[in-house]
Amino acid sequence: MKPPPFEYVAPRTLDEAVHELAESDGEAKILAGGQSLIPLLNFRLARPARLVDLNRIPSLTYVTARDGGLAIGAMTRDATVERDPRVATAIPLLDEAIRWVGHPAIRSRGTVGGNLAHADPAAELPAVAVCLDATLTIVGPRGTRTVQAEDFFLGYLTTVLEPDEILTEAWYPGFTHQTGQSWLEFARRHGDFALAGVAVVLTVDHELVESARIVLTGVGGKPFRAREAETLLVGGTIEERAPAAADAVRSAIDPDADIHASKEYRTHLAGVLTERAIHVAYERAVAREPAALDVRRSLEHMSRHA
Amino acid sequence: MPDRWLVTVIVNGREYKRAVEPRLLLCDFLRHELGLTGTHVGCEHGVCGACTVLVDDQLARSCLMFAVQSDGCQVTTVEGLAASADDLHPVQQVFWDAHGLQCGFCTSGMLITTVALLREKPSPTDTEIRAALSGNLCRCTGYQNIVKAVRLAAERTNGRV
Repeated sequence: MKPPPFEYVAPRTLDEAVHELAESDGEAKILAGGQSLIPLLNFRLARPARLVDLNRIPSLTYVTARDGGLAIGAMTRDATVERDPRVATAIPLLDEAIRWVGHPAIRSRGTVGGNLAHADPAAELPAVAVCLDATLTIVGPRGTRTVQAEDFFLGYLTTVLEPDEILTEAWYPGFTHQTGQSWLEFARRHGDFALAGVAVVLTVDHELVESARIVLTGVGGKPFRAREAETLLVGGTIEERAPAAADAVRSAIDPDADIHASKEYRTHLAGVLTERAIHVAYERAVAREPAALDVRRSLEHMSRHA
Repeated sequence: MPDRWLVTVIVNGREYKRAVEPRLLLCDFLRHELGLTGTHVGCEHGVCGACTVLVDDQLARSCLMFAVQSDGCQVTTVEGLAASADDLHPVQQVFWDAHGLQCGFCTSGMLITTVALLREKPSPTDTEIRAALSGNLCRCTGYQNIVKAVRLAAERTNGRV
Protein backbone atom coordinates (compact mmCIF):
# COMPACT_ATOMS: atom_id res chain seq x y z
CA MET A 1 0.00 0.00 0.00
CA LYS A 2 1.00 3.61 -0.41
CA PRO A 3 0.52 6.47 2.03
CA PRO A 4 -2.58 8.64 1.67
CA PRO A 5 -1.99 12.24 0.56
CA PHE A 6 -0.92 14.72 3.21
CA GLU A 7 0.37 18.25 3.38
CA TYR A 8 4.09 18.30 4.11
CA VAL A 9 6.12 20.95 5.89
CA ALA A 10 9.82 20.81 6.74
CA PRO A 11 10.66 23.59 9.20
CA ARG A 12 14.31 24.59 9.65
CA THR A 13 14.10 25.63 13.30
CA LEU A 14 12.33 24.43 16.43
CA ASP A 15 10.38 27.71 16.63
CA GLU A 16 9.10 27.19 13.11
CA ALA A 17 8.12 23.61 13.95
CA VAL A 18 6.20 24.73 17.04
CA HIS A 19 4.46 27.35 14.93
CA GLU A 20 3.55 24.82 12.21
CA LEU A 21 2.11 22.43 14.78
CA ALA A 22 0.13 25.18 16.49
CA GLU A 23 -1.34 26.10 13.10
CA SER A 24 -2.39 22.51 12.43
CA ASP A 25 -5.35 22.32 14.79
CA GLY A 26 -4.33 18.90 16.09
CA GLU A 27 -4.49 17.41 12.58
CA ALA A 28 -0.71 17.05 12.18
CA LYS A 29 1.70 14.27 13.02
CA ILE A 30 5.37 14.85 13.70
CA LEU A 31 7.72 12.96 11.39
CA ALA A 32 10.96 12.05 13.17
CA GLY A 33 12.82 8.95 11.95
CA GLY A 34 9.63 7.62 10.41
CA GLN A 35 10.40 4.00 11.23
CA SER A 36 7.06 3.54 13.01
CA LEU A 37 4.98 6.33 11.47
CA ILE A 38 5.66 5.55 7.81
CA PRO A 39 4.54 1.89 8.13
CA LEU A 40 1.32 3.20 9.71
CA LEU A 41 0.92 5.57 6.76
CA ASN A 42 1.76 2.86 4.23
CA PHE A 43 -0.98 0.67 5.70
CA ARG A 44 -3.27 3.71 5.96
CA LEU A 45 -3.73 3.05 9.64
CA ALA A 46 -2.88 6.72 10.14
CA ARG A 47 -4.19 9.50 7.90
CA PRO A 48 -2.87 12.78 9.25
CA ALA A 49 -3.79 15.87 7.23
CA ARG A 50 -0.28 17.19 7.65
CA LEU A 51 3.22 15.98 8.44
CA VAL A 52 5.67 18.25 10.23
CA ASP A 53 9.08 16.82 9.38
CA LEU A 54 11.74 17.54 12.03
CA ASN A 55 14.60 16.11 9.94
CA ARG A 56 15.72 19.55 8.69
CA ILE A 57 16.21 20.99 12.20
CA PRO A 58 19.92 20.52 13.02
CA SER A 59 19.57 21.89 16.58
CA LEU A 60 17.66 18.75 17.65
CA THR A 61 20.62 16.43 16.99
CA TYR A 62 23.26 16.32 19.72
CA VAL A 63 24.78 14.30 22.55
CA THR A 64 26.09 16.66 25.24
CA ALA A 65 27.55 16.11 28.70
CA ARG A 66 25.53 18.17 31.18
CA ASP A 67 24.85 18.17 34.94
CA GLY A 68 26.60 14.86 35.55
CA GLY A 69 24.70 13.10 32.79
CA LEU A 70 24.15 13.11 29.06
CA ALA A 71 21.56 15.16 27.19
CA ILE A 72 20.46 13.65 23.88
CA GLY A 73 18.60 15.73 21.32
CA ALA A 74 15.34 14.20 20.18
CA MET A 75 16.39 13.84 16.53
CA THR A 76 19.64 12.05 17.36
CA ARG A 77 19.63 8.77 15.42
CA ASP A 78 19.74 5.51 17.36
CA ALA A 79 22.87 4.57 15.38
CA THR A 80 24.61 7.77 16.49
CA VAL A 81 23.89 6.97 20.13
CA GLU A 82 25.05 3.39 19.60
CA ARG A 83 28.41 4.59 18.22
CA ASP A 84 29.04 7.36 20.78
CA PRO A 85 31.63 6.13 23.32
CA ARG A 86 30.37 8.66 25.88
CA VAL A 87 27.04 6.84 26.00
CA ALA A 88 28.75 3.54 26.77
CA THR A 89 30.65 5.21 29.63
CA ALA A 90 27.90 7.33 31.14
CA ILE A 91 24.71 5.39 30.36
CA PRO A 92 25.70 1.74 29.91
CA LEU A 93 22.06 0.65 30.14
CA LEU A 94 21.12 2.79 27.14
CA ASP A 95 24.19 1.63 25.24
CA GLU A 96 23.23 -2.00 25.86
CA ALA A 97 19.52 -1.62 25.10
CA ILE A 98 19.73 0.53 21.97
CA ARG A 99 21.48 -2.29 20.10
CA TRP A 100 18.21 -4.22 20.39
CA VAL A 101 16.18 -1.50 18.67
CA GLY A 102 15.15 -2.82 15.26
CA HIS A 103 17.86 -3.59 12.72
CA PRO A 104 20.87 -1.54 11.58
CA ALA A 105 18.86 0.07 8.76
CA ILE A 106 16.14 1.00 11.26
CA ARG A 107 18.59 2.44 13.78
CA SER A 108 20.32 4.62 11.20
CA ARG A 109 17.01 6.45 10.58
CA GLY A 110 15.14 5.97 13.89
CA THR A 111 15.57 8.63 16.55
CA VAL A 112 15.70 8.64 20.35
CA GLY A 113 12.88 11.19 20.58
CA GLY A 114 10.69 9.37 18.08
CA ASN A 115 11.15 6.09 19.92
CA LEU A 116 10.08 7.67 23.23
CA ALA A 117 7.21 9.74 21.81
CA HIS A 118 5.78 6.81 19.82
CA ALA A 119 5.63 4.85 23.12
CA ASP A 120 5.35 1.37 21.68
CA PRO A 121 4.55 -0.95 24.59
CA ALA A 122 7.32 -3.39 23.58
CA ALA A 123 10.01 -0.79 22.81
CA GLU A 124 13.34 -0.63 24.61
CA LEU A 125 13.98 3.08 25.10
CA PRO A 126 10.84 3.92 27.11
CA ALA A 127 11.72 1.27 29.72
CA VAL A 128 15.34 2.47 29.81
CA ALA A 129 14.23 6.07 30.32
CA VAL A 130 11.92 5.12 33.19
CA CYS A 131 14.54 2.89 34.79
CA LEU A 132 17.16 5.66 34.70
CA ASP A 133 14.68 8.37 35.76
CA ALA A 134 15.43 10.35 32.61
CA THR A 135 14.19 13.93 32.34
CA LEU A 136 12.32 14.70 29.13
CA THR A 137 12.02 18.21 27.72
CA ILE A 138 8.87 19.20 25.88
CA VAL A 139 8.44 22.38 23.86
CA GLY A 140 5.15 23.82 22.68
CA PRO A 141 3.32 27.08 22.10
CA ARG A 142 2.88 27.48 25.86
CA GLY A 143 6.63 27.25 26.47
CA THR A 144 9.00 24.56 27.71
CA ARG A 145 8.29 21.97 30.37
CA THR A 146 10.16 18.96 31.73
CA VAL A 147 8.65 15.64 32.71
CA GLN A 148 10.24 12.62 34.40
CA ALA A 149 10.06 9.59 32.12
CA GLU A 150 7.88 7.70 34.59
CA ASP A 151 5.21 10.40 34.27
CA PHE A 152 5.60 10.71 30.48
CA PHE A 153 4.07 7.38 29.45
CA LEU A 154 0.33 7.01 29.95
CA GLY A 155 -0.47 3.76 28.16
CA TYR A 156 -0.47 2.02 24.80
CA LEU A 157 1.10 4.48 22.30
CA THR A 158 0.04 7.33 24.58
CA THR A 159 2.10 9.97 26.37
CA VAL A 160 1.53 13.31 28.06
CA LEU A 161 2.52 15.09 24.83
CA GLU A 162 -0.22 17.41 23.60
CA PRO A 163 -0.83 17.45 19.82
CA ASP A 164 0.98 20.79 19.54
CA GLU A 165 4.01 19.79 21.63
CA ILE A 166 7.39 18.39 20.60
CA LEU A 167 9.67 16.20 22.68
CA THR A 168 13.05 17.88 22.22
CA GLU A 169 15.48 16.18 24.58
CA ALA A 170 16.07 13.27 26.91
CA TRP A 171 18.55 13.82 29.73
CA TYR A 172 19.95 10.74 31.44
CA PRO A 173 21.84 10.88 34.74
CA GLY A 174 25.34 9.43 34.52
CA PHE A 175 25.93 6.19 36.36
CA THR A 176 27.13 6.51 39.92
CA HIS A 177 29.29 4.79 42.48
CA GLN A 178 28.83 1.03 42.76
CA THR A 179 25.97 0.95 40.31
CA GLY A 180 25.39 -1.93 37.93
CA GLN A 181 23.07 -1.69 34.95
CA SER A 182 21.69 -4.45 32.80
CA TRP A 183 19.32 -4.84 29.84
CA LEU A 184 17.97 -8.23 28.79
CA GLU A 185 15.23 -9.10 26.36
CA PHE A 186 14.03 -12.00 24.31
CA ALA A 187 12.70 -11.81 20.77
CA ARG A 188 12.26 -14.65 18.31
CA ARG A 189 14.46 -12.81 15.85
CA HIS A 190 17.08 -10.20 16.75
CA GLY A 191 15.64 -6.76 16.05
CA ASP A 192 12.00 -7.73 16.39
CA PHE A 193 10.00 -6.22 19.20
CA ALA A 194 10.71 -8.06 22.42
CA LEU A 195 8.31 -10.63 23.80
CA ALA A 196 9.51 -9.21 27.09
CA GLY A 197 12.49 -7.13 28.16
CA VAL A 198 13.84 -5.77 31.41
CA ALA A 199 16.06 -2.95 32.61
CA VAL A 200 17.74 -3.29 36.00
CA VAL A 201 19.83 -0.71 37.86
CA LEU A 202 21.27 -1.78 41.21
CA THR A 203 23.39 0.09 43.73
CA VAL A 204 25.39 -2.30 45.87
CA ASP A 205 27.25 -1.64 49.11
CA HIS A 206 29.24 -4.38 50.86
CA GLU A 207 27.48 -7.02 48.79
CA LEU A 208 24.05 -5.81 49.86
CA VAL A 209 21.65 -4.09 47.50
CA GLU A 210 21.23 -0.48 48.56
CA SER A 211 18.73 0.54 45.91
CA ALA A 212 17.11 -1.07 42.88
CA ARG A 213 15.10 0.00 39.88
CA ILE A 214 13.49 -2.63 37.69
CA VAL A 215 11.42 -1.72 34.65
CA LEU A 216 9.94 -4.13 32.10
CA THR A 217 8.81 -3.70 28.53
CA GLY A 218 6.34 -5.79 26.52
CA VAL A 219 4.26 -6.80 29.52
CA GLY A 220 1.63 -4.05 29.48
CA GLY A 221 0.58 -0.86 27.75
CA LYS A 222 3.53 1.14 29.05
CA PRO A 223 6.85 0.51 30.82
CA PHE A 224 6.13 -1.45 33.97
CA ARG A 225 8.05 -0.46 37.09
CA ALA A 226 8.31 -3.50 39.35
CA ARG A 227 8.19 -1.67 42.67
CA GLU A 228 7.51 -4.72 44.80
CA ALA A 229 10.49 -6.53 43.29
CA GLU A 230 12.66 -3.45 43.86
CA THR A 231 11.68 -3.34 47.55
CA LEU A 232 12.34 -7.05 47.97
CA LEU A 233 15.93 -6.70 46.73
CA VAL A 234 16.96 -3.90 49.05
CA GLY A 235 18.99 -4.92 52.08
CA GLY A 236 19.48 -8.50 51.00
CA THR A 237 21.97 -10.66 49.18
CA ILE A 238 21.28 -11.48 45.59
CA GLU A 239 21.20 -15.28 45.94
CA GLU A 240 18.51 -14.92 48.55
CA ARG A 241 16.36 -12.18 47.05
CA ALA A 242 16.58 -12.46 43.24
CA PRO A 243 14.17 -15.43 42.93
CA ALA A 244 11.64 -13.66 45.15
CA ALA A 245 11.94 -10.51 43.07
CA ALA A 246 11.33 -12.53 39.90
CA ASP A 247 8.26 -14.12 41.51
CA ALA A 248 7.02 -10.66 42.47
CA VAL A 249 7.30 -9.58 38.83
CA ARG A 250 5.39 -12.66 37.65
CA SER A 251 2.51 -11.98 40.01
CA ALA A 252 2.39 -8.24 39.35
CA ILE A 253 2.11 -8.30 35.55
CA ASP A 254 -0.80 -9.19 33.30
CA PRO A 255 0.60 -9.23 29.76
CA ASP A 256 -1.52 -9.66 26.64
CA ALA A 257 -1.42 -12.79 24.54
CA ASP A 258 -0.79 -12.43 20.81
CA ILE A 259 0.40 -14.46 17.83
CA HIS A 260 3.98 -14.39 19.20
CA ALA A 261 3.42 -15.56 22.78
CA SER A 262 0.72 -16.54 25.24
CA LYS A 263 0.06 -14.64 28.43
CA GLU A 264 1.54 -17.49 30.46
CA TYR A 265 4.70 -17.63 28.38
CA ARG A 266 5.26 -13.87 28.58
CA THR A 267 4.72 -13.93 32.34
CA HIS A 268 7.18 -16.78 32.80
CA LEU A 269 9.71 -15.13 30.49
CA ALA A 270 9.48 -11.79 32.30
CA GLY A 271 10.39 -13.54 35.57
CA VAL A 272 13.30 -15.44 34.04
CA LEU A 273 14.71 -12.33 32.38
CA THR A 274 14.30 -10.28 35.57
CA GLU A 275 16.21 -12.80 37.65
CA ARG A 276 19.02 -13.01 35.10
CA ALA A 277 19.23 -9.24 34.67
CA ILE A 278 19.43 -8.76 38.44
CA HIS A 279 22.43 -11.10 38.57
CA VAL A 280 24.16 -9.36 35.68
CA ALA A 281 23.56 -5.89 37.17
CA TYR A 282 24.80 -7.10 40.55
CA GLU A 283 28.00 -8.57 39.14
CA ARG A 284 28.67 -5.38 37.23
CA ALA A 285 28.05 -3.28 40.35
CA VAL A 286 30.48 -5.34 42.39
CA ALA A 287 33.15 -5.45 39.66
CA ARG A 288 33.39 -1.67 39.20
CA GLU A 289 36.69 -0.16 40.26
CA PRO A 290 36.00 2.95 42.35
CA ALA A 291 38.57 4.92 40.35
CA ALA A 292 36.57 4.43 37.18
CA LEU A 293 33.35 5.42 38.83
CA ASP A 294 33.60 9.14 39.11
CA VAL A 295 31.29 9.82 36.23
CA ARG A 296 31.19 13.56 36.80
CA ARG A 297 34.94 13.74 36.35
CA SER A 298 34.96 11.49 33.30
CA LEU A 299 32.10 13.43 31.71
CA GLU A 300 33.92 16.70 32.27
CA HIS A 301 36.99 15.13 30.77
CA MET A 302 34.99 13.99 27.77
CA SER A 303 33.27 17.32 27.23
CA ARG A 304 36.65 19.05 27.27
CA HIS A 305 37.77 16.73 24.51
CA ALA A 306 34.54 16.63 22.56
CA MET B 1 -3.30 18.75 -7.87
CA PRO B 2 -1.43 18.01 -4.65
CA ASP B 3 1.60 20.09 -3.83
CA ARG B 4 4.79 18.97 -5.49
CA TRP B 5 8.21 19.50 -4.03
CA LEU B 6 11.32 19.96 -6.08
CA VAL B 7 13.93 17.40 -5.10
CA THR B 8 17.57 17.38 -6.11
CA VAL B 9 19.25 14.11 -5.27
CA ILE B 10 22.44 12.40 -6.30
CA VAL B 11 21.84 8.74 -6.98
CA ASN B 12 24.86 6.56 -7.73
CA GLY B 13 26.88 9.68 -8.52
CA ARG B 14 24.38 11.17 -10.96
CA GLU B 15 22.25 14.20 -10.11
CA TYR B 16 18.50 14.08 -10.65
CA LYS B 17 15.95 16.87 -10.25
CA ARG B 18 12.31 15.92 -10.01
CA ALA B 19 9.07 17.41 -8.70
CA VAL B 20 7.49 14.87 -6.36
CA GLU B 21 4.39 14.48 -4.27
CA PRO B 22 5.40 14.43 -0.59
CA ARG B 23 3.83 11.02 -0.09
CA LEU B 24 6.03 9.38 -2.74
CA LEU B 25 8.23 6.80 -1.04
CA LEU B 26 11.93 6.84 -1.82
CA CYS B 27 11.74 3.25 -3.14
CA ASP B 28 9.00 4.18 -5.61
CA PHE B 29 10.89 7.32 -6.61
CA LEU B 30 13.97 5.22 -7.40
CA ARG B 31 12.01 2.61 -9.33
CA HIS B 32 9.30 4.59 -11.10
CA GLU B 33 10.79 8.05 -11.54
CA LEU B 34 14.42 7.08 -12.10
CA GLY B 35 13.93 3.59 -13.52
CA LEU B 36 16.34 2.05 -11.03
CA THR B 37 14.48 -1.18 -10.49
CA GLY B 38 17.34 -2.97 -8.76
CA THR B 39 15.91 -1.76 -5.45
CA HIS B 40 13.16 -4.24 -4.70
CA VAL B 41 9.97 -3.55 -2.80
CA GLY B 42 8.75 -6.37 -0.59
CA CYS B 43 6.71 -5.63 2.49
CA GLU B 44 6.44 -1.82 2.38
CA HIS B 45 6.59 -1.57 6.14
CA GLY B 46 10.23 -1.95 7.02
CA VAL B 47 10.35 -5.65 7.84
CA CYS B 48 11.82 -7.44 4.82
CA GLY B 49 14.85 -5.26 3.99
CA ALA B 50 14.62 -5.80 0.22
CA CYS B 51 14.48 -2.04 -0.43
CA THR B 52 17.56 -1.19 1.66
CA VAL B 53 19.74 1.56 0.15
CA LEU B 54 22.44 3.88 1.44
CA VAL B 55 21.46 7.48 2.12
CA ASP B 56 24.54 9.61 2.78
CA ASP B 57 26.40 6.32 3.36
CA GLN B 58 23.95 5.21 6.06
CA LEU B 59 21.63 2.23 5.68
CA ALA B 60 18.01 3.13 5.12
CA ARG B 61 14.81 1.33 4.24
CA SER B 62 13.71 3.19 1.13
CA CYS B 63 10.09 2.24 1.89
CA LEU B 64 10.34 4.09 5.21
CA MET B 65 11.51 7.37 3.81
CA PHE B 66 9.86 9.87 1.52
CA ALA B 67 11.60 10.96 -1.66
CA VAL B 68 11.20 14.57 -0.55
CA GLN B 69 13.37 13.76 2.48
CA SER B 70 16.25 12.75 0.23
CA ASP B 71 16.58 16.28 -1.14
CA GLY B 72 20.27 17.18 -1.05
CA CYS B 73 21.32 13.61 -0.19
CA GLN B 74 23.54 11.07 -1.88
CA VAL B 75 21.78 7.77 -2.43
CA THR B 76 23.49 4.50 -3.38
CA THR B 77 21.44 1.66 -4.80
CA VAL B 78 22.56 -1.77 -5.98
CA GLU B 79 23.10 -0.28 -9.47
CA GLY B 80 25.78 1.94 -7.96
CA LEU B 81 27.93 -0.82 -6.47
CA ALA B 82 29.82 -2.14 -9.50
CA ALA B 83 32.22 0.06 -11.45
CA SER B 84 30.42 -0.67 -14.73
CA ALA B 85 27.62 -2.76 -16.18
CA ASP B 86 30.18 -5.42 -17.17
CA ASP B 87 31.73 -5.71 -13.71
CA LEU B 88 30.65 -7.11 -10.42
CA HIS B 89 31.38 -5.34 -7.16
CA PRO B 90 33.54 -7.57 -4.89
CA VAL B 91 30.51 -8.19 -2.65
CA GLN B 92 28.40 -9.17 -5.68
CA GLN B 93 31.19 -11.51 -6.80
CA VAL B 94 31.27 -13.38 -3.46
CA PHE B 95 27.49 -13.77 -3.49
CA TRP B 96 27.94 -15.41 -6.90
CA ASP B 97 30.88 -17.53 -5.76
CA ALA B 98 29.32 -18.72 -2.49
CA HIS B 99 25.84 -19.31 -3.94
CA GLY B 100 24.55 -16.45 -1.77
CA LEU B 101 21.55 -15.91 -3.98
CA GLN B 102 18.91 -17.95 -5.70
CA CYS B 103 15.85 -16.03 -6.87
CA GLY B 104 17.54 -12.70 -6.26
CA PHE B 105 14.63 -10.84 -4.74
CA CYS B 106 16.32 -10.11 -1.40
CA THR B 107 19.78 -9.84 -2.95
CA SER B 108 20.02 -6.11 -3.56
CA GLY B 109 19.11 -5.44 0.07
CA MET B 110 21.57 -8.11 1.23
CA LEU B 111 24.37 -6.59 -0.87
CA ILE B 112 23.80 -3.04 0.37
CA THR B 113 23.57 -4.22 3.98
CA THR B 114 26.79 -6.21 3.56
CA VAL B 115 28.63 -3.24 2.11
CA ALA B 116 27.56 -1.08 5.06
CA LEU B 117 28.56 -3.80 7.53
CA LEU B 118 32.03 -4.29 6.05
CA ARG B 119 32.69 -0.56 5.94
CA GLU B 120 32.01 -0.37 9.65
CA LYS B 121 33.45 -3.75 10.65
CA PRO B 122 35.95 -5.10 8.11
CA SER B 123 36.27 -8.45 9.94
CA PRO B 124 32.89 -9.20 11.48
CA THR B 125 32.28 -12.29 13.58
CA ASP B 126 29.53 -14.70 12.52
CA THR B 127 27.34 -13.25 15.27
CA GLU B 128 27.90 -9.74 13.94
CA ILE B 129 27.15 -10.91 10.40
CA ARG B 130 23.89 -12.50 11.51
CA ALA B 131 22.91 -9.46 13.57
CA ALA B 132 23.64 -7.18 10.61
CA LEU B 133 21.56 -9.34 8.25
CA SER B 134 18.74 -9.90 10.73
CA GLY B 135 16.71 -7.16 9.10
CA ASN B 136 16.90 -8.74 5.65
CA LEU B 137 14.57 -11.63 4.95
CA CYS B 138 15.41 -14.34 2.44
CA ARG B 139 12.74 -16.88 1.55
CA CYS B 140 14.55 -19.20 -0.83
CA THR B 141 18.37 -19.18 -0.80
CA GLY B 142 18.62 -19.94 2.90
CA TYR B 143 20.81 -17.92 5.17
CA GLN B 144 23.77 -20.33 5.42
CA ASN B 145 25.24 -19.39 2.06
CA ILE B 146 24.47 -15.72 2.54
CA VAL B 147 26.44 -15.71 5.80
CA LYS B 148 29.22 -17.63 4.02
CA ALA B 149 29.25 -15.03 1.26
CA VAL B 150 29.60 -12.18 3.75
CA ARG B 151 32.42 -14.04 5.53
CA LEU B 152 34.16 -14.56 2.18
CA ALA B 153 33.63 -10.90 1.30
CA ALA B 154 35.31 -9.89 4.55
CA GLU B 155 38.30 -12.15 3.80
CA ARG B 156 38.68 -10.90 0.26
CA THR B 157 38.07 -7.18 0.68
CA ASN B 158 39.64 -6.43 4.05
CA GLY B 159 37.17 -3.58 4.56
CA ARG B 160 37.78 -1.97 1.18
CA VAL B 161 34.26 -2.04 -0.12
